[in-house]
Amino acid sequence: MIEGALWRRWVFYNIPLILFVFVLLFPFYWMIVTTFRPDGELYLPWNAPNYMPFWTNNPTLEHILYLFEETNFARWMFNTMFIALVSTIISLFCGVLAGYALARLNFPYAGGLGTAIFITYLVPQTLLFIPLAEIIRNFQLGDTPWSLILTYPTFLIPFCTWLMMGYFKAIPKELEECARIDGASRWKAMVYIIIPVAVPGILSSGIIAFTLSWNEFIYALVFLSSPDQKTVPVGVTSELIRGDVFFWGPLMAGALLGSIPVAIVYSFFVEHYVSGLTGSVKG
Amino acid sequence: MAEVSLHKLNKKFDTTHVVKDVDLQIRDKEFMVFVGPSGCGKTTTLRMIAGLEAITTGEIRIDDRVVNEVPPMDRDIAMVFQNYALYPHMSVASNMAFGLKMRKFEKAEIEKRINNAASILGIESLLERKPRQLSGGQRQRVALGRAIVRDPKVFLFDEPLSNLDAKLRVQMRVELKKLHERLAVTSVYVTHDQVEAMTLGDRVVVMKDGLVQQVGEPLELYNTPANRFVAGFIGSPAMNFADVTLVENGGKPVADAPGLRIGLPGELATRARAKTGRKATLGIRPEDIHIATPADAPEYCFEAVVEVVEQLGSEILLDMRVGEALMVASVEPTLRVRAHDTLKLALKPERLHLFDAETEAAI
Repeated sequence: MIEGALWRRWVFYNIPLILFVFVLLFPFYWMIVTTFRPDGELYLPWNAPNYMPFWTNNPTLEHILYLFEETNFARWMFNTMFIALVSTIISLFCGVLAGYALARLNFPYAGGLGTAIFITYLVPQTLLFIPLAEIIRNFQLGDTPWSLILTYPTFLIPFCTWLMMGYFKAIPKELEECARIDGASRWKAMVYIIIPVAVPGILSSGIIAFTLSWNEFIYALVFLSSPDQKTVPVGVTSELIRGDVFFWGPLMAGALLGSIPVAIVYSFFVEHYVSGLTGSVKG
Repeated sequence: MAEVSLHKLNKKFDTTHVVKDVDLQIRDKEFMVFVGPSGCGKTTTLRMIAGLEAITTGEIRIDDRVVNEVPPMDRDIAMVFQNYALYPHMSVASNMAFGLKMRKFEKAEIEKRINNAASILGIESLLERKPRQLSGGQRQRVALGRAIVRDPKVFLFDEPLSNLDAKLRVQMRVELKKLHERLAVTSVYVTHDQVEAMTLGDRVVVMKDGLVQQVGEPLELYNTPANRFVAGFIGSPAMNFADVTLVENGGKPVADAPGLRIGLPGELATRARAKTGRKATLGIRPEDIHIATPADAPEYCFEAVVEVVEQLGSEILLDMRVGEALMVASVEPTLRVRAHDTLKLALKPERLHLFDAETEAAI
């Protein structure tokens, strides 16, 4: 907190904070307003006499209904959920085990291997999708959810591994040593002691992995083609932008509904999430 | 019943040799303390006994069984760690039950043992709490309880009191001593604090640079240190040392240094005579120096200039310059003395120590 005169507090604290929050929240506000605004208002020219860009007096559900009645939106939601969940579970499982191994098992080149895994994360997706498309075609997985479920872990596993490796390193190794003296094998010590202690870290990487796959665009755009296989980001943008015509109402409705699950996941785990990122383990 | 014996134990981490040829017999029910400065190899030795560190060469036996290749879980030991290592997601009771559950004990038996240990340690009211809801001293007790319920052959302690504040440390030290008397289980205790070593140990191992310097009962280390390192490490305030030359004076051996000329009594004289003309280190503990009286023989008296007076209440510590050497004397609290005073002091001849200047071994 800034101390001193009132004007100092406003200039250095309150006003910047308000600006920051405004910049962050305005797109969401715009999305919500547009979702509920009737078409008649949406396409009004800016100099029309009753032009009211930030509010509507005639809220409508027509765009949401349009999404569900005229497009495969429900199907896209299901696809996205299914793909994000399965690829997150796969990535977490591998990431936790790999992170533990890199952090705790003293095998030769563990450090180098950790760095190598991280480097694969740095390869941009915009390059990686080209060879991956070839692989997807060879395995005949194109236009199925599996084309994404199996390719998302290529960037999720390095990410989870790296995050979990850091988290495991922050857990005092005495906990595990004590468990092993207490009669637990290495595996049991991991299952009963280390993993429960690492739950905040696992949740954090799970949430981030889930969000990353939920919002992923390029792979979904390239590997999926038929309308009922698409995910929300690809479906909404490809079906609701026709040529140069933007269906702003349904577009924004789709974006709004698409961001709700992520928002729920975040708010639900936010406490664990924060402690996971700051890595607090209290003995 | 458990004896632990270490035979020619060595540990190397890459190129650093941290434990060198340690030979030791820890007797049944004995409380053995490893003490030494940090990096002396004491913790590594303990961890090798626990099985947490592989042995480079040598052998560890618990009773008659060689345990070199036995995993920690099968050695029937319990260990208390410096940071307690309580499982943060488990209640106190579950923390204590974990080792027993892993060993597939009956539920009733687990409960009985937990209640028993909790009553010994006075933590009955804490059983449902989580570690983060406990104070440092309480955590320490739980860590002890977790070791006690296991009823192991050997207890291992890795600096268990160093995370406690000074007052609590003294209190827990006494409790540990009582606990050991009550349970009578072979214990190995690592500390860098010589006071803990002296008060807790049945016997004490002093280590330095991976080598055992001396093994003995606390008073044995205090009274007859094997070398200059042990002499300086055991005892507080530390023993005074002065570089001297051994010379003959009128047929009697004398330790001679500028401003300091001390006669050597009895047996010490005999041993010193063989080294006449050689350099040596004279050692005398602060508590063996007193203000000279007419009863003190002149050959054990010397003059000193007081530099600092430290009033401790129960005693006064005088930091003094004796010739070229700096010495500390512990004197009666009633003495009136000021900095820069010159005092005539005497030492107890039977408490003199001499160390070879090269090997540092006691003469």
